[in-house]
Amino acid sequence: MPGKVSSIDAAVATVESGMTIGIGGWGSRRKPMALVRALLRSDVTDLTVVAFGGPDVGLLAAAGKIRRLVYGFVSLDSIPLDPLFTRAREQGALEAEEYDEGMFVAGLRAAAARLDFLPIRAGLGSDVLPANPGLRTVASPYSGDEYVAMRALPLDVALVHVNRADATGNAQFLGPDPYFDDLFAMAAQRTIVSTERIVPTNDLLKEGTFHTLLFSRMFASTVVEAPSGAHFTSCEPDYGRDEAFQRHYAAAARDPETWRAFAERFLAGGETAYHEAVARFHAEQGES
Amino acid sequence: MSTDATIAEICIAACADTYTDSGELLAHAVGTVPTIGARLARLTTAPDIVLTDGEAFLMSEPPPLGRSAAAGGTIEGWAPFRRIFDILASGRRQSMMGASQIDQWGNQNISLIGDWQRPTRQLIGVRGAPGNTVNHRVDYWVSRHSARVFVEAVDMVSGVGNDRVAAGGSALRYHRLGVVVTNLAVLDYDERGRLRVRSVHPGVDPQTVVEATGFPIDVSGARVTRSPSTEELRLIREVLDPRSLRSREVPD
Repeated sequence: MPGKVSSIDAAVATVESGMTIGIGGWGSRRKPMALVRALLRSDVTDLTVVAFGGPDVGLLAAAGKIRRLVYGFVSLDSIPLDPLFTRAREQGALEAEEYDEGMFVAGLRAAAARLDFLPIRAGLGSDVLPANPGLRTVASPYSGDEYVAMRALPLDVALVHVNRADATGNAQFLGPDPYFDDLFAMAAQRTIVSTERIVPTNDLLKEGTFHTLLFSRMFASTVVEAPSGAHFTSCEPDYGRDEAFQRHYAAAARDPETWRAFAERFLAGGETAYHEAVARFHAEQGES
Repeated sequence: MSTDATIAEICIAACADTYTDSGELLAHAVGTVPTIGARLARLTTAPDIVLTDGEAFLMSEPPPLGRSAAAGGTIEGWAPFRRIFDILASGRRQSMMGASQIDQWGNQNISLIGDWQRPTRQLIGVRGAPGNTVNHRVDYWVSRHSARVFVEAVDMVSGVGNDRVAAGGSALRYHRLGVVVTNLAVLDYDERGRLRVRSVHPGVDPQTVVEATGFPIDVSGARVTRSPSTEELRLIREVLDPRSLRSREVPD
């Protein structure tokens, strides 16, 4: 087996313009932000992004990386709306494909099982159907029921961030919720796993029970060690959401001028420069 | 009956009343007043309902208001988001959601304002509203009753209304809208599925509700919303919400 461990930038360099990428996590929780920041620095464009969206979506949208966005919601959790996402929609800057959350999961499940669709009740009667004119319903072969035939959401690449992984890509979550990272990995041709820490396989059960082993190396193609790689989203129990920084992000994002300054200060350099700039931000806030 | 209850406390009791006949199911509540309402119901009239911490845990004793299980309480089960979707599809769940817009048939919108292709104001997205409304009972909470919320037609049907179900097929048979609790009144649905005023809160003129509603609404059968009992008020003030987070959602 060739080595899977890679640097952040080398891993993200395999993402090509025009691809469909799935991003794990949920809202502003355990998002693969280090990978997203590397995407921002790359010249990749024209992406279809599939996500339960948080600041990953806002950042990629503001950078003009997204042609089409497939989502159930976009939220910063403690702040209901991401201003970069809402502005992109209000300016018509991206194609939007919005689903009920359960439909979105059904689409990932269908892709993971190599099916074209899965039937689901959710969506019936709602405007999700007219908003997605390609979406069809399907008649039950057993009764008079007609369900939504949620189309599969196959991914070229999935990006996820987990608490621990070994060098072969066995991925572990230690927080309260796995979200849908295993489904993203299974729905994708390739999965880039970033992790707080790469540990020896022998050590995987040192910090959590076997129940925390989220998906197997069978579904991981690249492993990246990225400490604080979910910042500023939460990565329980390693760290909570950086609420002060998220507030700063959301405030800056409301105005194009202040956003330019934010991007220049925090996003222009690499991952090391980002964390140094965040540390300086906190020092200035008097929190360090 | 207590006479010194605030509007927030009257709304909490009205939210609690939505669980009277629920039995053993998951109480999903969005917002401070609905969350306190579910917790009040569990302590009074609906001891079998299952509460969550709003994150991944089912709680036999809920954590402090607005906090997750990490801050306290007793965990009785694990329900990460994936299980929530399984539970809601099973029907063992009841939701009280918010609404950015709602029409006379109970169609609800939380997705966007304006046109789908290019909204004037993008909101959070449809979230789970389409699935919730076709799988189990859904009630709504509107903290500021106004003609901007209660509109002739919503811009993006997220939660499915009664007219859509009447026009739909047999797969919609689990659809059930309960009530809409607002800071002025409790609304329910008439036999045709249109919103009407079931009760106005103490001190509210029914005409105020009519004027704050953007479609014609029947107030002819409106009673006065019940006030919480002395025991309910004690639970709300001393046990469930001692820091009065409720008054941030509905000012005294």
